Amino acid sequence: MGLRLTKPWLSSEQALAKVRGQMGVYQLADADGEVIFMSYAGGRSLGGLRGEITRSLAEQAHACQVRYEITTSYLSRYKELLMLHQAEHGVLPNHDPKVRLGRLSPAGGANGS
Amino acid sequence: MDLNLTPEQDLIIGMVRRFVREEILPLEQYLDPDADELEDDDRQRLIAKTREMGLYGLDIPPEYGGPDIDLVTRTLLAVEMSQHRAGLYAPCYGTFGGAGLAQLFEATEQQKEQYLYPTLRGEKRGFFGLSEPSGGSDPARAIQTKAVRDGDDWVINGGKLWISGADKADFGLVFARTDTDQGRNGVTCFIVDTDQPGFHVRRIVHTLRSAHYATELQFEDLRVSNDNILGQLNKGFAIANDRLTRQRIPYAAGCIGVAIKAQEMALEYVPQRETFGAPLSTRQSIQWMLVDNDIDIRQALWITLEAASKAQQGESFRKEAAMAKLVATEAGGRVVDRCMQMFGGLGVAKDLPFERWYREMRIRRIGEGPSEVQRHVIARELLGASLR
Repeated sequence: MGLRLTKPWLSSEQALAKVRGQMGVYQLADADGEVIFMSYAGGRSLGGLRGEITRSLAEQAHACQVRYEITTSYLSRYKELLMLHQAEHGVLPNHDPKVRLGRLSPAGGANGS
Repeated sequence: MDLNLTPEQDLIIGMVRRFVREEILPLEQYLDPDADELEDDDRQRLIAKTREMGLYGLDIPPEYGGPDIDLVTRTLLAVEMSQHRAGLYAPCYGTFGGAGLAQLFEATEQQKEQYLYPTLRGEKRGFFGLSEPSGGSDPARAIQTKAVRDGDDWVINGGKLWISGADKADFGLVFARTDTDQGRNGVTCFIVDTDQPGFHVRRIVHTLRSAHYATELQFEDLRVSNDNILGQLNKGFAIANDRLTRQRIPYAAGCIGVAIKAQEMALEYVPQRETFGAPLSTRQSIQWMLVDNDIDIRQALWITLEAASKAQQGESFRKEAAMAKLVATEAGGRVVDRCMQMFGGLGVAKDLPFERWYREMRIRRIGEGPSEVQRHVIARELLGASLR
């Protein structure tokens, strides 16, 4: 099983005060802590994570919590987080529909396909 | 070996060169700098063009519908196809098609129906599962995955590491030990369906290739029919070894293509960029870097073409392929490093492709057998049986 994103959830305000312009991946959650959106800040992102998270918060009406991870492997990490979410929850949160995903086996031995 | 291109080679290479410059490079201005795939619309549009050019499915033998292109020309095309940002690992983003798993051309008719033909039609994907956590450079000894006969089936237990594409595959070639006392003569290649119970993609392995990942696989009592043995029982190592040897030539060619593109960019840049009142091109330190690049590229190109020529003529090419892989991957690394130096700060920014090439080129000295193993292969060919 891959590595979950385990950074602490921050309120939107806390996140925007803290995050800077690096490349990385991030998740947005609603008030119940359910992940509703995932994306990344890549090499062409205007403003890096800060710019992308600001834009996403404006677009995702129910998002009020943010967690992010700084990484230069933003594309493979983004796919990994989506596949992990699918393996654990059976569904995907909102994400870029153009991304092509594989499948990870859920933890515990059952087949993930 | 004739060093002049034939008119036909000249024509085909010109077509591919134009394709890269007119179709691929403009797209890369908008793609993420680490992208290794195109959006579907662009991909389908470009595949239609490569089909129109008669060059789709370059590695598919003509009897299966591929264009009939000799190995030297194919190598020259690989050099052309890699001359863009993603070119080292995703030459032209796969729009010239692939052969799937070439080992399946030697499969039984039933296996071809089930796996090869759907792969060639783009309906199925496969992966190649050789390396294990215990090592990949010496697969004959490192393979610990075991297959035990049980009636008409085999039961596989073990794992694989560094496997590309297994998470998206419908089937894979898995090498497992079927006789624990026979070393390289105790390994068998199985065609494994990924939807079978006991097949697990356990985790993603991130590497310097930031868009692409490898996977770690686990097999828990994975049952495979005896009909799914590819080739002969206990003769799987020959299949693996043949693949490893053949793969070294296009692997080398990709490094050369990127080195040529990097050098081309440097040659364009240094006459324009001024320092202390004079263009960089007037500095001897820069001139020598360009000279060393040119020598590195030519050496790698000729050694690689010699390997392709020997393979084309049906001669033994193990030593030449190992030399090509060794020389081209190391030369490619040096060329990209020098070009990055000439570009200064721009060279390390994601605005230009050097930083991506620098990361990816580093992998090339390890992937498909590290430099040390290539030297070992060459030494074994030189010294024969006296070297174990």
